[in-house]
Amino acid sequence: MEKLMPALAYALLAPLAGGLLAGADRIVSARMQRRVGPPLLQPFYDVAKLFSKGDVEVNSLQYPLALCHLLFMALAGALFFGGGDILLVIFVFTVAALFLVAAAFSSASPYSFVGAERELIIILAAEPALLIAAAAIYKVSGSLNFHAVAASGAPLIKQLPGVFLCLFYVLTMKLRKSPFDLSYSHHAHQEIVKGITTDLGGRTLALIEITHWYENILLLGLVYLFFAFSAPLALAAVALTYFLEVLADNTNARVRWQLALSSTWTITLLLAGGNLLALYALGGN
Amino acid sequence: MSLKKSPWLLHYDGSSCNGCDIEVLACLTPLYDAERFGVINTGNPRHADLLLLTGSINHQNEEVVRNLYAQMPEPKVVLAVGICATSGGVFADCYNVKGGADKVLPVDVYVPGCAARPEAIIDGIVRALGVLEQKRAAAEAKK
Ligand code: SF4
Repeated sequence: MEKLMPALAYALLAPLAGGLLAGADRIVSARMQRRVGPPLLQPFYDVAKLFSKGDVEVNSLQYPLALCHLLFMALAGALFFGGGDILLVIFVFTVAALFLVAAAFSSASPYSFVGAERELIIILAAEPALLIAAAAIYKVSGSLNFHAVAASGAPLIKQLPGVFLCLFYVLTMKLRKSPFDLSYSHHAHQEIVKGITTDLGGRTLALIEITHWYENILLLGLVYLFFAFSAPLALAAVALTYFLEVLADNTNARVRWQLALSSTWTITLLLAGGNLLALYALGGN
Repeated sequence: MSLKKSPWLLHYDGSSCNGCDIEVLACLTPLYDAERFGVINTGNPRHADLLLLTGSINHQNEEVVRNLYAQMPEPKVVLAVGICATSGGVFADCYNVKGGADKVLPVDVYVPGCAARPEAIIDGIVRALGVLEQKRAAAEAKK
């Protein structure tokens, strides 16, 4: 029961929180550009509209694949907040991302293909950082369970600053923020227009948007974990992290995939890997 | 109601002199900030509700315009922005120009001007949203 409640709460409330976060994101972005920006509920209007557009799939695979994308992402988050093994969460999270890639590959559009390939590169770039983060969390707190890590009171951020910085870098990719929004951007500056969602419209796109809300809340949950020894501090850290991501989004142009991949792996190796090695070398626990 | 609050538009430059296109982009700048009304310039026909055309139709872009329109999901509206897109304007008599956007597509809203001013374009978009609602109501009544 203790496990079920947070998992259920995530499944029901994450889309709400994620949608509001997306709305706040757009307003803050607009203010950074000296604009007024859309209403806070704009993401919900958008998704409602997309559902009302009905089925515009180019083949019969897209919608079920997008549905799996959503279900696996919700499952990953429910596992995470329900106290499942974080390693398992990372695997389910990756599977969810792969369903979106499959949906994009199922169409014949070359733009959709390029978007899908870039999404694969992003998954490839982010994966090592996530796995090292899981290993490091286990090393410090002795657990891979959200609630146990939080209850252990281990100040993860003090022992894992390198891992956290690396995670911050990877978060930019996963939140689809510039300069790493190469596969699908919410903004107008993309080179391949809508990339991975080129051929995904209507209700399929609505599902993808909702999945992205689930994803964002899950990722911010991971940020929370690093500061979990003090809840108010953790919430402030989550808010600040997201704000910095929005700032990065508004102040960076896009990088090429080669740089995205190599820089992420270098940072993962140096910051996260170095952090982990130092932990072992110093033998601290 | 939701349709009206989230107009995503696709902007296609037929054979415009770029004057109207600059004004279309001006609508998104801080001074006019069309995103206040939820407007997004998507660049992808499958995501678009509004097709915004600038410049006249010629023999080369005719097929492109038809193709873009065909890819947009229903309900959809077409906006002809600038006098070139409305009627061909001063280029109407050119050997290569067929005329305004309504030579190939059912245009719902005409925004005249050379170049069309951002205020007029935003006004046109707001009117187009009214048409969009009507179209959706008509489609639902048919069902
Ligand atoms: S209406 Fe005027 S400004 Fe607009 S495309 Fe035609 S010539 Fe250019």
